[in-house]
Parts: sequence; C-alpha cells; structure tokens
Amino acid sequence: MTAAATTLQHAAPPVSGPRALIQRLRHGDEIAHLLTLTFAAAILLLTSMLVWELWVNSHLSRAKFGWNFFWTQTWDPIFDTFGAAPFIYGTLITSIVALSLAVPLGLASAIFLSELAPRKISDTVSFLIDLLAAVPSVIYGLLGIFIVVPLMRTWLGPALIATLGKLPVIGKLFAGPNYGVGFFTAGIVLAIMVVPFIISVSREVLLTVPREQREAALALGATRWEATWQVVVPWARSGIMGSVFLALARALGETMAVTMVIGNDPKISASLLHPGYTIAAVIANEFTEATGDLYLSALIELGLVLFLMTFILNGLARVLIVATERGGGRPA
Amino acid sequence: MKKSLLVVSILFALALTVAARPGTILLNAAGATFPYPIYSKWFDVYHQKNPDVQINYQSIGSGGGIRQLQAGTVDFGASDGPMSDEQLKDSKFKILHFPTVLGAVIPIYNIPGVSGELNFTQKALAGIYLGTITKWNDPEIANANSGVKLPGSDIVVVHRADGSGTTYIFTDFLSSASEAWKGKVGKGTSPQWPVGLGGKGNEGVAGLVKQTDGSIGYVELIYAVQNNISYGKVQNASGKFVKADLAGVTAAAAAKAKEIPDDFRVSIVNAPGAAAYPISSFTWLLVPAQISDGAKRDAIKGFLKWMLTDGQGYNEGLSYAKLPKPVVDKELKAISQIQ
Amino acid sequence: MNRALLLWRKTLNIVMLTLTGVAALSVVSVLFLILGYLIWHGGTSLSWSFFTQLPKPVGETGGGMANAIVGSLKLLLLAAVMGLPVGLMAGVYLAEFGGKTFSFVVRYTTDLLNGVPSIVIGIFAYSLVVLPVKHFSTLAGGFALGIMVIPITVRSTEEFLRSIPNTLREGAMALGASKWKTIATVVLPAASGGILTGMLLALARVAGETAPLLFTAFSNRYWSPGWGQPIASLPVMIYTYAIAPYDDWHRQAWAAGLVLLGLVLLANLGCRLVLNRGGAVRSV
Repeated sequence: MTAAATTLQHAAPPVSGPRALIQRLRHGDEIAHLLTLTFAAAILLLTSMLVWELWVNSHLSRAKFGWNFFWTQTWDPIFDTFGAAPFIYGTLITSIVALSLAVPLGLASAIFLSELAPRKISDTVSFLIDLLAAVPSVIYGLLGIFIVVPLMRTWLGPALIATLGKLPVIGKLFAGPNYGVGFFTAGIVLAIMVVPFIISVSREVLLTVPREQREAALALGATRWEATWQVVVPWARSGIMGSVFLALARALGETMAVTMVIGNDPKISASLLHPGYTIAAVIANEFTEATGDLYLSALIELGLVLFLMTFILNGLARVLIVATERGGGRPA
Repeated sequence: MKKSLLVVSILFALALTVAARPGTILLNAAGATFPYPIYSKWFDVYHQKNPDVQINYQSIGSGGGIRQLQAGTVDFGASDGPMSDEQLKDSKFKILHFPTVLGAVIPIYNIPGVSGELNFTQKALAGIYLGTITKWNDPEIANANSGVKLPGSDIVVVHRADGSGTTYIFTDFLSSASEAWKGKVGKGTSPQWPVGLGGKGNEGVAGLVKQTDGSIGYVELIYAVQNNISYGKVQNASGKFVKADLAGVTAAAAAKAKEIPDDFRVSIVNAPGAAAYPISSFTWLLVPAQISDGAKRDAIKGFLKWMLTDGQGYNEGLSYAKLPKPVVDKELKAISQIQ
Repeated sequence: MNRALLLWRKTLNIVMLTLTGVAALSVVSVLFLILGYLIWHGGTSLSWSFFTQLPKPVGETGGGMANAIVGSLKLLLLAAVMGLPVGLMAGVYLAEFGGKTFSFVVRYTTDLLNGVPSIVIGIFAYSLVVLPVKHFSTLAGGFALGIMVIPITVRSTEEFLRSIPNTLREGAMALGASKWKTIATVVLPAASGGILTGMLLALARVAGETAPLLFTAFSNRYWSPGWGQPIASLPVMIYTYAIAPYDDWHRQAWAAGLVLLGLVLLANLGCRLVLNRGGAVRSV
C-alpha cells in the first residue's frame, strides 16, 4: 500500500518554494546529486582559497613590480629586485622537453602493454610501474645526480652537440658548454618521473575500449596497427589526454628532483644544455630561508605566476583537443 | 575475511592516536643547517640526562628559523647569521642571541693535474666569484702558488642554490674582502650570483665539484673533514695563508672576543691575527626574552647552561670549534635575561 | 588491390608494432633499473634497527626511522580520509550528474590544482591550519597531502565511470533502479578497478612528497603522540639525510626510500585484496 501512497503523493502538484525542495530531497537521486555537487563545489572553494592566499600574500611584490615582474630577468634577494622571466622560461622548457620525451614513449608503451603483451605480463609490468609513482622525488633527484648528469656530461651532451648541434636552426638548442646539469637533463629526469602516469592511465583506458570496435576495424581489412592507431586510440583519446594533463601538471610543479639536476642558474639561454631554473625549484630552494617581507612576497608571486601558466597551458591544451575532434572519439 | 581486516585496520588506526605521557616537556625548534650535527648530538645527550625534556630540532634553514620563531610555531630558533637591526626592530617580541659553536667555510676545487693545496688570496676568491677572473692560470691565482702548474682552462664556479647560512658566511667574507663584491652582490643567504652553477646543499656543491673538471666551490669545514675532501688555504687579514682547522677558527673568535657586543651579534670574518682563519663564524640560538610557560622556560635555560659548559666538550669531536672562554662567561650571565 | 599499398601497410604495421615494443622495453628497463638500484642500495642498508629505533644523532650508528615509518602511515591515513571521498564524489558528479558549464569549470580547476607545486600547497596549508593555532601538527600535514590526492582521484574516477557503457546503466534502470542506486550498485563496482588504480596512484604520489610536509607536519626527532604534534615522515627524513654529509645517513636514506616503496606496495596489495579487484569491465 505504501507504493500506492507514494505514487499518489508524487501525483499531487508540487508546492512552490522550500516545501518543494524538501519534497524533492526525499528522492535519493536528488540527495545524491546534491551531495556530489557539494564535493565538486568544495574543490572550487579550496582552489579559490588557495589563489586568494597567494594573491593576498604576494601583494607587496605585485605593488612594487607590477607587470614588469613577468619580464625582469634579475632575481636579487639582497638588493630586493625580483623578476620571473628566467623561471617562466625554465619551467616551460623543461616541461616541453619532458613531455616530448614522455608522451610518445609512454603512449607507445601503453599501446604495447594493452594490445600486444600477454595479459599476465601486462598486469605485472603495469603494477610495477604504478609503484614507481611512489618513489619520492628526492630519490629521482639522487638518481639524476648519480646517473643522468654524468651520462649527459660525458656521452649524451657531446653526442647531441656533434649531431643535432650542427644543424642550421635547431643547432642553437644544442650548443656548449656542457656541464651535465641543465634544461635537457632536468627534462629527462622529469620525463622518467611522469611516464608512469601516462602509461598507467593510458593502458587502463585502452583496455576499456569495446572489443567490437577493434574487431570491426579488423573485419574491414585493417592491419593490427591501423586498427590500433586509427580506431582504438582515438576512442580512448580523452582518457589519454587526461593522462597527459596529469603528466604536464606534475612536470610543471616538480621541485626536488629538478633542483638537483638543473644547475639552478636563473638565466635564459637558447641552449638546452645550459643550466637553468624553474619556478618550483626556486620556491623550494629559497622559501625556507627567505626573511624580509618583499622577498617572501616575490616568491609567493612566483607561485601565482605558475598558477597562471598552468591555467593558460591547460586552456591551450583543451582548445587543441576540441580542434582535433574529428569524430573518432567515444560518444560523450 | 573482509570484515575482520576492516576491524583490524580500525584498531590499528586507533592505536596510532595514543596520547603523550604527562610531564614531558616538548620543545620545538628550527633553523640553521650549519650546526645541525652538533645540535642533534646535544639535544640527544641532554634528553638522556633529562628524560622529561624532548627538544625537537629541524634544520629548515636560518631564515626559516627566524620566521617560525616570529610566527610562534617554534619555541626557539637557530641562525647562522645574526638577525639584522631591521629584523629585530620588526620583531613582535624581544629576541636574545646565544652563540653556540664556531664553524668555518672552505674553498674546494677539482683541477685535473693539480693535487696539492692551493693558496687563494682574498682578491682571487672575490674575482672568481664575481666572474672577473675566469682562468685558472690567472696571475692573481698563479702568483700565490709559485710551485704549481695551473692549466689555462676555464674556472667553473659552483655555489649554493638553496638559501643558506654557509652562503651568508662566505658572502660576508667576500664583502669584507672586496668592495666590488660588496657593492654589486652583497652578503646574504641567497645572493644574486654573477656566475656559476647552483648545487643543493653542501652535498650538491661537493658533488658538482667532484664531477666537474676545473671547478671551485665552498662548503662547511665539517663536511670536507667528514668526506675527506681536499681544500685550499685562504689568505687572512694579516696576509698569511691559513688552512682551516679548529685552532684557526677559535683564534679568529678569540681575536674579536674582546669587542663582542652585549647582544652577541658580531661577524668574525677576516679577523685580525696571524693564526686566524678568515672565513669563520659563530652560529646562534635565538631565544625569546619572555617565555610565559614556566616549564619550557626552565627547560631552555637549563639546556643553555648545559650547552655552554658540558656541551662544549662535544664540539671538537664533530669538527666544530669551542667558544672562547670570555664569550662563554658572558653568555652564562646573559641567560638570566630570559624571564 | 594495389600490391604496393598493401605491402606498405603491412610493413608499416610490423614497423610500428615493433617500435611500440621497443618503446615499452626501453621505458620498462629504465624503470626497472631505478627499482633495482633502489632495492640494491636500500636493501643493503636495511636492518632490524631501522624499523625499531628512533633516529640517532650524527656519528652514532644504529639509528633507525621507526617514528618516520609510523608517521608516514598516519599521514597517508589522514590524506586518504580527507582527500579520497572528495575526489570520488566529485568524480561521480562530473561523470553522472554534471551540467555542461559547471563540469567544465570543475574539471579545469581540478587540473589547475594538480599543477600547483607541492610546496605552494604546503604554504597554503601552513597559513590555514598551522598559523592560527601556532604549532605544526600531523593534521596539517594530512590536510596538505589530502588536497594533493584530490585531482588524480577526480580525473581517474570520472574517466573510468565514463568508460562504463551506457547499456549497463540503462539495463539497471530498466529493472527499476533509481539513478543513485544504479551508480552505487552497478556503475561504481564495474569501474572499481580503474578507480582504485587512480586512488592508489594518488596515494602513492603523495606518499613520496616532501615539500608540503616541511611546513605542516614539520618533523619530529621523537614519537609523535596523537594528531596535534609535529611528526616525522619518510620523505622528509630521506630529504634531510640525503643532502647531509654522512655516509651512514645516505645509506639510511636509500633504505627509507625502499621502505616507502614497500609500504605503498603493501597498501596496493591490501586494498586489492579487500575490495576483490577484478570487477573492471573489460572488453578484451
């Protein structure tokens, strides 16, 4: 009888205002909607508070330097002149290098693990790769110092200078002197750090592509590769892009490992083999020691600048996705 | 199976929330990395002698120590450089400085083919770090090292990337050695280095120097001693080339001990005297003059007293120099200022 | 059919597939090298005292990181409790309920949050949780880590919920289930494999973070009772020990790195066991 009673209640026209809201809330669905909405909104609240804190605490520096902060190349804590240009440059360059290395390798590996490798091997390998996300960045930094830096200095650097360094335009990217530490080394270490994210998430997403899609392509005479590249991968495109976003975000914000292998020299230089500096690294290095309100405020403004950069880069990336939407993706 | 696992996990989580034993005095302190080894030793020994007192010291850097002290999140701080007049004026409460140990900063280098100890004049060090002296066989360096064949290769300069008290001491020395340095760069924990690569921590600098041919860097004395790294001699104010050791550092402090001000804020770089090592420094504990918690106040005062008497006996074992007697006596009297 | 074109396509097929194999091999071998290096260096430095002793001052051998191990566990527990539910719920919202613009804003913001350097999150947590009460605490550290857990959890929850074909949802609804019941009893369990992966990835990542803890949990030479005192943690200890000049400390840093990895491994295995992984809907 209760079923009939409830049906009758719902049949009655809803009273307007708060009564209606309460009546709607009796629905489990509405509660679920509201609940999850609250949590989603909480993220917005948290991020706004973060930006607010950054904004407020950087006001000394913003007031003093204004827009010049973006292109001033000096960073002098003793004479109180601060500029973000070398750090913006370093952050961008290292992230670009890292993603250029990590995305192709990561995606290729994910494809291999999801399409070609036997299931057992794929699962074990994937499990071990997931573990690597837990390796503290300090350890990556140490590995960078012990392995990557000497490698760069003695073998890879000279090799790059001798080969790519001789080409007309991109030759400038690979000019000496070569100390082993620098933008490229940091990019390599970052790539190693973010590739587990790309592989892990991409592989999982590729595994969820419905079998029918693959089979349809193969039935039409596509080779294995064609089926994979032209049907399976586009279907999983948004998940893969998601993993790339994760990787990008990690690369932009990485501190410890980068500061150990980048040379920490706040200068802009064309050569990737030259030492540089990133925003996250300088904040990590100087925040604990910074006394002086303007100094602190400048460091926090750098944090704000990084936030802005992430904002813009994410926006560009999304525009890119929309622009390449040829209709090969999974229906939204 | 699942349920029991859940129960076990909850019990485990609850067990982690055990509360503290009453009667224990927990003190938190933060600051300088330079004296971290000796401080950790002292706090440990003191805890064994006084089991009720737990002093938790974290070396987040001198600047961090000052800031956390101001914010009230730690009970006392530590710094390799004394607080400036401005900082003391801006401070919300009065802060007392207590020198604890003496240390030194030394130049390390890696020149293929050169194995002996090099002599560095003050002008040489300043010039190298300013970027005006770029080759190893520059006259300023060569003239001080007549028996050594120096190559014509470039000098790769290495400095600290992270803000540090070690840098403060080194730049303090460079500022007193060279007007050009003082005007262009100045002294501080994070200067704008004209040239060079930045390594993270003493380890980072030493690592870079070890790996890079033709490089020069600066690290703390204790670090070089512990790791058997060879280092050079520096010319002091009297013109003599002195190799850093504990005696030289104490000599530097003793030379300036007579003029030490009542608040103990003094720089002893470039101290007079033939035996004095020019890149030496005190390091200080920063204690609030007013501590409202009686138990904490007594604990801190007790520790300071112990540190100045028995504690000093541990210094040399860890390559820190002892405080000269006149300074110790003055400090013991100053402890009574903590109310 | 054009013979040449067919040959080209076949060659391309073999070449590309081999390339993916090569890529996978090189990436995997690099990563295994890292694991191996860590296991070798860490393993040779592990000892019973490492797990049971408190840190000893410089020059004295036999110190351990017992308090840091417990500390990391407590912090991860807090991070999980504070961050995972938020991430999960938000992910559910984005995948199942979301309106177009609001969802876009939430997704964008989540990606932004993910890109904030961990030290900035630490500074934020410091001003929010440490300064007002004037002391460092385990809670503050857990809060900072909890914030960092959210973005990865949201992204993976949403992705894997979306990957569940609508036929499943429609089937459940056809049987009379309400929307929330469908989500809770059909969709979520189906996507649980991927969601769990995402959560574990997030926890694994924050397990190794140092910078956010420096100003929140601080660190502690001794045991940290309750939740309101500074607390030691493995990443901070690794950081302190790794850049110190003592060989004994270096060895302990490697050992700590290995233990950290071991903890994450255990958590991974434990969760999969309890939640009985294998429920992911796979088409292959």
